[in-house]
Amino acid sequence: MAEDKKAKEMTERKREFRTTVDGILVKRVYTPADVESAPEQIGLPGEYPFTRHIMPTGYRGRLWTMRQYAGFGTVEETNERFKYLYKQGQTGFSVAFHLPTQEGYDSDHPLAAGEVGKCGVAIDSLRNMERLWEGIPLAEVSTSMTINATAPIILAMYIAAAEKQGADKSKLNGTVQNDILKEYIARNTYIFGPTPSMRLVTDICAYCAEAMPQWNSISISGYHMREAGATAAQEAAFTLANGIAYVQAMIDRGMEVDSFAPRFSFFFAAYTNVLEEVAKFRALRRIWAKIMKERFGTTNPRSMMLRYHVQTDGFTLTAQQPLNNIVRVTLQALAAVLGGCQSLHTNSFDEALALPSEEAVQVALRTQQIIAEESGVADTVDPLGGSYFVECLTNQLEVKIMEYIAEIDKIGGALKAIEKGYVQREIANSAYDYQKAVDSGEQVVVGVNKYVAAGEEMPETLEIGEETEVRQVESLRRLRRERDNKKVREMLDRVFTVARSDENVMPAMIEAVKAYATVGEISDALRKAFGEYREPSIL
Amino acid sequence: MDKKIRVLVAKPGLDGHDRGAKVVARGLRDAGMEVIYLGLRLTPEQIVDSAIQEDVDVVGLSCLSGAHMALLPKTASLLREKGGKDILVVAGGIVPSKDIPQLTKAGIARVFGPGTPIAEIANSIRTTLEGKKR
Repeated sequence: MAEDKKAKEMTERKREFRTTVDGILVKRVYTPADVESAPEQIGLPGEYPFTRHIMPTGYRGRLWTMRQYAGFGTVEETNERFKYLYKQGQTGFSVAFHLPTQEGYDSDHPLAAGEVGKCGVAIDSLRNMERLWEGIPLAEVSTSMTINATAPIILAMYIAAAEKQGADKSKLNGTVQNDILKEYIARNTYIFGPTPSMRLVTDICAYCAEAMPQWNSISISGYHMREAGATAAQEAAFTLANGIAYVQAMIDRGMEVDSFAPRFSFFFAAYTNVLEEVAKFRALRRIWAKIMKERFGTTNPRSMMLRYHVQTDGFTLTAQQPLNNIVRVTLQALAAVLGGCQSLHTNSFDEALALPSEEAVQVALRTQQIIAEESGVADTVDPLGGSYFVECLTNQLEVKIMEYIAEIDKIGGALKAIEKGYVQREIANSAYDYQKAVDSGEQVVVGVNKYVAAGEEMPETLEIGEETEVRQVESLRRLRRERDNKKVREMLDRVFTVARSDENVMPAMIEAVKAYATVGEISDALRKAFGEYREPSIL
Repeated sequence: MDKKIRVLVAKPGLDGHDRGAKVVARGLRDAGMEVIYLGLRLTPEQIVDSAIQEDVDVVGLSCLSGAHMALLPKTASLLREKGGKDILVVAGGIVPSKDIPQLTKAGIARVFGPGTPIAEIANSIRTTLEGKKR
């Protein structure tokens, strides 16, 4: 064709174009020839394989849940931030716990020194959990809790706090992250080894399937793998592989797939390469639907629907020229919405510097609201469906993702692949490749390796004072004096005994937290039963 | 030929975000240094003991949890106490710039913020160590 010849003669600004570092090669233009099998694969929103959306109405029915992740200092401070966000129009809560709570230490443990209230709220006991939700009716709100190794304890506290408010636990709405496998791959807040950890995960899923039908019993998370350096395809593949492992573990304990699968949810990142992200979400929905139908034989559409939360990507935010991050977050949030997420957290522009300030949090939430109310992209379902490029990219990503899943199947499943370090090594390699590409300038990061400004002034950031730790430790010691310690001892013994048996740990957990046993004490009872995990060193 | 520079990279405290620490460890290795990656969830005592046992020239600490003011100065002072006063201590992670003067005073020679190229970290280590020898 004459025109093609003409185009070939024109020079382009790069030798080759890729979606991201080591990503998919992008062609100059896409035509119907690039999406030959498209019509069946594309389908309609709300129809198998749900490529376009899980619901036929998309956001025309209901917007996504605007769920800002928050938590810092003591429960009093976090309670105030929650109420502030709610007043600003946030539609769901999301709790960040400080690291000692996530790793099973009380605030006065030597390893907690310096960490109390720093990257999340300090929760030692039910007393803290009750105060966290003061003035917030748990029967009416939807709450997501980022908690994994200590998920049974924290979920038990949430249930107990809600019941004290008079809420019926069977009506509680929300999500507990409860995804331990990704902790060994990234993020690293594990306590026990993979096998006892999997048992705790499935205990929660089984308990929720029975007692809390509206609760998402797990949020299988790729976000942290992406933060650790995974590519889009790796994030998607490794998350789905973990999902397969959880479904299989539930089946292995004798559960019928449709009794729990409809409450499984997912969590992904959205990067700045908008169209690759949209394609990733579409491919994810399609693959999960196929896996559930073909591998696990479900006929219930609810078990096939990939429902997920998105967080814009923290790693891409720069300490240099921080206001640029507002633009990055906008593009990432747009990708999440065009991709069809059910819930979204937008990061604050100052997060490469410190915990977010109130002003930065407000801009982040407003970003979602502007996309929802002003951009028009939420007014039709899957607006990019049928785009030659997006459909082609969706298909290409599906192939890449399936190759990884096949590789993990060959190794013997996600648990084995993690134990062998395969997943960690793949991600570490990608992280290193990315850094080299940034250092060489091949991957442009505006304000960092291009368009650099000298002598920048940093914005005001939030600070957590040392008095937080002092106050938290004091209140913990007061609790230990005031509670019935004999009862606590009995409850902890009970937790230990149940942990050593096949019985579900959740009822014993709920009794223990009601007696005001602490996160550290209950975790110690489990440590005694299970032992602790040390990571293999993988560079 | 000069003896290879020995670096210990570690994460003090409970923070599990180890992407930066691992990438830097690998980058310094590729830059010709001998790197010991100690991993995460370590107390200042554990880090200092390993640094002395391994006879390293540099200790690189990574912290993103906000606990840097508690953990980094403690590690540096323990190092001095236990006979490692010639060991260069550098850090990386999420550290607000207003905290840096205090960290410098506490003995942290450099804090590398997000976005620092690995070559810059390697050069800075080399130049500082050469300056010390003179």
